[in-house]
Amino acid sequence: MKKASRIYLVLLFGFLYAPLLVMILISFNGGESTAHMTGFSLRWYREMFKDAATLQAFKNTLTLSISAASASTVLGTLAAVGIDRMKSARLRSIILSVTNIPMMNPDIVTGISLMLLFVFAASLIGYSTVLSFWTLLIAHITFCLPYVILSVLPKLRQMDRSLPEAAMDLGCTPMQSFFRIELPFIGPGILTGFIMAFTLSFDDFVISNFTSGAGFETLTIHIFAMIKKSVKPDIYALSTLIFAAVLLLLLLYNLLGGREEDMAL
Amino acid sequence: MKRGILQRAAAAPHVVWSALFIIAPLIFVLYYTFTGQDGSFSLDNITRLGKGNYLMIFVNSLCMALIATVICFVIAYPAAYIFSRMKKKSQKLCILLIMLPLWMNFLITTYSWMTILEDTGVINTLLGLVGLGPVHMINTPGAVITGMVFCFLPYMILPIYSVMAGIDPKLLEAAADLGCSPVQIFMKVVWPLSVGGVISGVTMVFVPSVSTFYISQKLGGGTFQLIGDTIESYFTGTAVNYHFGAALSLILMVLILISMAVMNRFGDDEQGGALI
Amino acid sequence: MEKNTVVRLSRICKSFGSENVLNNIDLEIKDDQFVTLLGPSGCGKTTTLRIIAGFETPDSGEVYFDGKVINDIPPYRRSVNTVFQKYALFPNLNVYENVAFGLRVKKASDREISEKVREMLRLVNLQGFEKRDVSTLSGGQQQRVAIARALIMQPRVLLLDEPLGALDLKLRKDMQIELKNIRKKTGISFVYVTHDQEEALSMSDTVVVMNDGVIQQIGAPIDIYNEPANAYVADFIGESNILDGVMERDLQVRFAGRSFECVDRGFMTDEPVDVVVRPEDVDVVAPEKGMLTGTVTEVTFMGVHYEVIVEIRGFKWMIQTTDYVSPGQFIGIFIEPDAIHVMKKSEYSDMFGDYSSYSNELDQLSENTEEEGRE
Repeated sequence: MKKASRIYLVLLFGFLYAPLLVMILISFNGGESTAHMTGFSLRWYREMFKDAATLQAFKNTLTLSISAASASTVLGTLAAVGIDRMKSARLRSIILSVTNIPMMNPDIVTGISLMLLFVFAASLIGYSTVLSFWTLLIAHITFCLPYVILSVLPKLRQMDRSLPEAAMDLGCTPMQSFFRIELPFIGPGILTGFIMAFTLSFDDFVISNFTSGAGFETLTIHIFAMIKKSVKPDIYALSTLIFAAVLLLLLLYNLLGGREEDMAL
Repeated sequence: MKRGILQRAAAAPHVVWSALFIIAPLIFVLYYTFTGQDGSFSLDNITRLGKGNYLMIFVNSLCMALIATVICFVIAYPAAYIFSRMKKKSQKLCILLIMLPLWMNFLITTYSWMTILEDTGVINTLLGLVGLGPVHMINTPGAVITGMVFCFLPYMILPIYSVMAGIDPKLLEAAADLGCSPVQIFMKVVWPLSVGGVISGVTMVFVPSVSTFYISQKLGGGTFQLIGDTIESYFTGTAVNYHFGAALSLILMVLILISMAVMNRFGDDEQGGALI
Repeated sequence: MEKNTVVRLSRICKSFGSENVLNNIDLEIKDDQFVTLLGPSGCGKTTTLRIIAGFETPDSGEVYFDGKVINDIPPYRRSVNTVFQKYALFPNLNVYENVAFGLRVKKASDREISEKVREMLRLVNLQGFEKRDVSTLSGGQQQRVAIARALIMQPRVLLLDEPLGALDLKLRKDMQIELKNIRKKTGISFVYVTHDQEEALSMSDTVVVMNDGVIQQIGAPIDIYNEPANAYVADFIGESNILDGVMERDLQVRFAGRSFECVDRGFMTDEPVDVVVRPEDVDVVAPEKGMLTGTVTEVTFMGVHYEVIVEIRGFKWMIQTTDYVSPGQFIGIFIEPDAIHVMKKSEYSDMFGDYSSYSNELDQLSENTEEEGRE
């Protein structure tokens, strides 16, 4: 039994990591081709750092994801607090259902529906297009919001209702109680929400594809445009670096998180 | 309990945002669906759906997504079960490893799959070394489904794992104590308790699979079109037609809503049945 | 010397939706007093406490503090502090910072804070715990932190909402004594909410028995026990045999088929009344010497005494005695005049009968459902 499950997991992880392995191997390939290995080299890493368009796209993506994640975290945390305090259960469920639409809807529908809105807005103010960094940002905030709300709300629900009462009992105004007691309590949920928003935004292609303008290219859009012609291995080099960074961050997050848990015990 | 007015009004910006960027865009989908190129009311976009091979495209997409979802479920369920029975530390590591590929750009990973599945790709090279093949894999439905399963498998594993990890081991012991065989324990305790995770997993895999447009282009080689490709072509392709594209999206949305309603119904029945 | 009234509730009514939780509550809390609100779950005792703290606003009636109406004063501006049921310690702060919290909000100086925190931790016996994370503390220790955190504010009144409910029996007994000592040392009035009658009787100066949002009786523990105001209080506090009777004239009451001499007066002639006889006040005697006679149906050994159920003229009495009698035995019982307590008829008169359905198991069952009922 034990052996069977071990083999099973090896196959599973083999499947999930095969393309990543291929990607990493090709990034160190000396040749031009993405199909044949001709020997180890760091050539594509050097090329990547010289490729202005790719670097610009990477920078753009970072700018966008950090902005979108920050904005949706603030907006979403506020929303979660407001929803949590809401007296009417009906209103709450309506708002939550609407919030969940971008999560349940296929990305492509979210993308084109926003695109149609932007197209209409452009025609309204007489521009040929409004698609730009700002439309992209709006789209990203919109699809990140439900994830932030859904990671903060459970934390608020988990909180003992007496905690804010105790704070007020000891002299805090509702605002002070929120910042001193409730915010630290829901902090981990907010952080999770931010990280989710950041990764979703960083990785998004489908929605960006419909809502970005000519002037602002994200990494995924850059890659998509490139793939239509032919892929240069320097993209693999960049992806490998991103993979390494993510791996490192995840490990760090887990190590730190693990220590916190130990302390709680 | 008295609360600050500010805290109760905290959801207001979000409500405005949702109205502007969730509700309004959907209204525009409706608006474009029911208007022609000249902006007047028209049902042409709907009637056009019945013509041509659009029905075929829908059926194709649904079938492929369904197959991918079933495969994901078959792979994910045992995996989630195995994870949930591991030591806490190994569990954490495994879940991390499952999540990691999600962080990678799926355009790149899909392209890697091309490299693996090509006639002169990794698999065929390996097969050639042992004197087999070559097997033609790229540009087949199988390749597309492989791509879908790869992209969405973690979304099936994670929710099932999280409900399974939440099952109190004492419940299993109690069931055994009351005379259940391992099979009965599974059927009467583990499965009913994990149905919720399966349902969210199925939705999380089915919805993106049915609407994907990039995977099929690359791994299917454009030999057959899925609904996502079709919609995309009307918005960014050469034959731009927002109105007809909106109609297609609307149908896709309705289709997904119906599937999800059926799914939830099925879930309720399962849980209701388990209670009896 | 007459003590000052700190908090006064006047004709307080409160309902949640269609449910009337409090009905015309009048209550005074004086300086240096231990007041206990006692009643089953849902009787309104916690709501009363929350109204004093300011977490709930009464629908009608006034809350006075030092003679001033404070209905609209928010909790953070009231000189009362609360010890919450599940302590509500701030998980993001350690023991020291939890206790210091109120003073920090008040922007007290670091020196003052450190002095007072040390003093409070000494008061609750938690020296050396300053740096500990609150989640690493035992229930009893968390309890102490919660008390220190509230007391550091030097409130005029400390409100305690079933503070010992989550502790096990032994620890609860210790904490009861400690709470009494802390109260004496600080001189702060305590308003203590509990559903445990023993706790109420042993700790308080004044017990307020509540049921269905109405105060049934206010009095010193001994008066509540010996002179219950109605059948509800008699049944809720301790064990009691409650019988239908008729007051024949002053100092003479008729029940169980004969007349008894008693010490009550002031009723109308032949007024129907409820008669309470506490089980420990009934003496077992030989049948020929008994005022009443009956057959023993059940005997339970309780440690200090036996609990005996005797059927007399169709009514099952409970008697607590140190003499062993055996089931089926025919015995007589003797009741002193001052052991008979006569009460006016009330809405609760017919709700509490004899011990015919009595069993230990049932008692435990009902206690458990009460536990679950509380939040």
